[in-house]
Amino acid sequence: MQERLIERAKELLAEGTVVRVLGWKRGDLGYDPEPAYFNSPEELEDFVYDGFCGANLSKYMIQAGKLEGNTLVFLKPCDTYSFNQLIKEHRVNREKTYIIGVGCKGTLDIDKVKSAGIKGIERVSCQGDVLKIQTIYGEKEFPFQEALLERCTVCKGKTHQIYDELIGAEEGEEAGPLGNRFEMVEKLEAMSPEERFAFWQKELSKCIRCNACRNVCPACSCLKCVFDSNQFDSAQKANADTFEEQMFHIIRAFHVAGRCTDCGECSRVCPQGIPLHLLNRKFIKDINEFYGEYQAGEDTESRAPLTNFTFEDVEPGIVSERGGRH
Amino acid sequence: MQVENKKEFRPKIVAFCCNWCSYAGADLAGSSRLAYPADVKIIRVPCSCRVNPMFILRAFQRGADGVILCGCHPGDCHYTTGNYYARRRMTLLFSMLDYLGVEHGRTRVEWVSAAEGVKFSTTMNEFVEKIYSLGENVRLEDLRCKRD
Repeated sequence: MQERLIERAKELLAEGTVVRVLGWKRGDLGYDPEPAYFNSPEELEDFVYDGFCGANLSKYMIQAGKLEGNTLVFLKPCDTYSFNQLIKEHRVNREKTYIIGVGCKGTLDIDKVKSAGIKGIERVSCQGDVLKIQTIYGEKEFPFQEALLERCTVCKGKTHQIYDELIGAEEGEEAGPLGNRFEMVEKLEAMSPEERFAFWQKELSKCIRCNACRNVCPACSCLKCVFDSNQFDSAQKANADTFEEQMFHIIRAFHVAGRCTDCGECSRVCPQGIPLHLLNRKFIKDINEFYGEYQAGEDTESRAPLTNFTFEDVEPGIVSERGGRH
Repeated sequence: MQVENKKEFRPKIVAFCCNWCSYAGADLAGSSRLAYPADVKIIRVPCSCRVNPMFILRAFQRGADGVILCGCHPGDCHYTTGNYYARRRMTLLFSMLDYLGVEHGRTRVEWVSAAEGVKFSTTMNEFVEKIYSLGENVRLEDLRCKRD
């Protein structure tokens, strides 16, 4: 698969269809590829595509669209939702983008492997349903399904929403039964307010305000972010108390409400392991319940729930009416 | 006249009122000599849709125990559709606050027209009563902003 992608990228560069390639480059360790531009066929030797290429490249296309010449970008099925959403918001230049939709079997979470007691990891390769892990203590095995990122256990589907061509899209199509992505949200809703408050205080107090969740989010693409404004004392510093922790996370999630495609990048990059997707999913769940099923990024035309209304919308009092139990 | 006990809980309530309906409604309540508690502090906004979630959170940060948003009845917005957008936003925000464990009675949206002085006063009396029963806001407060 990786070879096929490199080969095709070289062809497109040689043809002159594109002048640069946006993909994943081998990182320092065997499991941390990073997004990178490749400007020549030689540079493509460092190109890598494996289970650890979780990074969603669609946000990088905002900047790439401003550069001269066309850009080739590799998008996994869930990344194409984000790209569609960015088209809808006029943030990316579709004309200057050549999209290769790549197949995806699911992306992996190295922390799950590490927490199983596997240390000193050098290389990870996938063979069928088993991960062969080369460590400094010898070779270990780990089941593929158990190493999947949370978002991939509740995958939205393996269909690319937008692409110019597909490579290896048949991969992962035979994925097993998927979980209910709102399961944890429902569990929280069933708790008492005290328990919920304690749960979120425990999670959000871990936040170090590194802004990684904001910076990686394809929906968070404002030129000037409210959290960068020096009008607010919350700008660019660690949270000083519980209020600031809550405020940052409520506002961050609210600003992407109705535009969040649930790509799960926020939770993937969080260095503190805060389950940020639970905030986004709460908004998605509410929107689905109140205003009808909506999946951001499914198309490039429809109006987002928060820029739309109907005369019969529910009143905000519904939150109290259902007794805070939902 | 009753001498105030310093320890007694006096709620601070912020009411965002839209300029065209609810603010005039509050005015009518005043000129009709309808009573509502002085704990309610009114902030005039051009439209209920001017209120963004940050306003509500900042009010709580600065020591509010309850926040109420009043606007024109749906369909009567001075800007035609502003309150429809506000309605969606506030529904989602209140649901999120509830999800984070903040008591859901602390936030409220009420549609009050310029002719509804009585509704304004009864709404405020009810809301203040509710906040009294909920007590001080501790889940969304900023300790540095507490004066005493």
